[in-house]
Amino acid sequence: MNYQYNIGCSLANLKGIRDFIRKALHENHVPEMQVSAIVLALDEMCSNLMIHAHHCDPNHQLELKIDHPSKNEFIFEIVDDGSVFDINRFVEPAMENLVQEKRKGGLGIRLVKSIMDRIEYRKEAGKSICRLTKTI
Amino acid sequence: MVQIKRLQEGGADIIAVIGEIDASSSIDLDLAIAKSVGEGAKKILVDCSALEYISSAGLGVFMSYIEELRDKNIQMVLFGLKEKVVNTFEILGLASLLHIRENKSEALKLANELSV
Repeated sequence: MNYQYNIGCSLANLKGIRDFIRKALHENHVPEMQVSAIVLALDEMCSNLMIHAHHCDPNHQLELKIDHPSKNEFIFEIVDDGSVFDINRFVEPAMENLVQEKRKGGLGIRLVKSIMDRIEYRKEAGKSICRLTKTI
Repeated sequence: MVQIKRLQEGGADIIAVIGEIDASSSIDLDLAIAKSVGEGAKKILVDCSALEYISSAGLGVFMSYIEELRDKNIQMVLFGLKEKVVNTFEILGLASLLHIRENKSEALKLANELSV
């Protein structure tokens, strides 16, 4: 089963993204705790892209796709125009440093990496595609 | 998306967070805590019983106050967190950096103990 959702890069749209993912996962009977974690990971990825790659410009579009190729596997894709933010290359600061430096960043990436099984990037026809895989 | 209420009870500031905190609404939580700190509260209890969702933006707000509260000898205790919200704190190991209790009376008790 496939799902798709297109949205402008405004932080006000994050709620719509969460509702879309929640609904798709509920339809596929994913347990509530897993739903919450996956929704969180996708929210973090999308807000990161909106803020850092698209400067919250609502005219820039993100495309979200959910694929459910087998009983336990879910594939999430976030497609946008040419962003190059690869979280696999981002080294999260240590927790102690986060407290000392009063940094509000870095936590989201840590969450995504803890929740998702695989995070991959590819380019296709001028688009950047981030693929997140989760086995339930 | 998020509604925040502040009230005083038992010598503590209570900040009730209702709804969802994400990158667009975390500023409201930040402002509420800043206001309590600015008004000289020594005990801040954050009522999370109607908090349905928190992303790293909201967690970052709590984290960003840890040092300032320590320096100013202000005790902040969170209470009433739903399981799915606690889970987010636990993934990051934040549960050990913040004071978290089941309910308001336990939260106030801890804040009083830490204030001594």
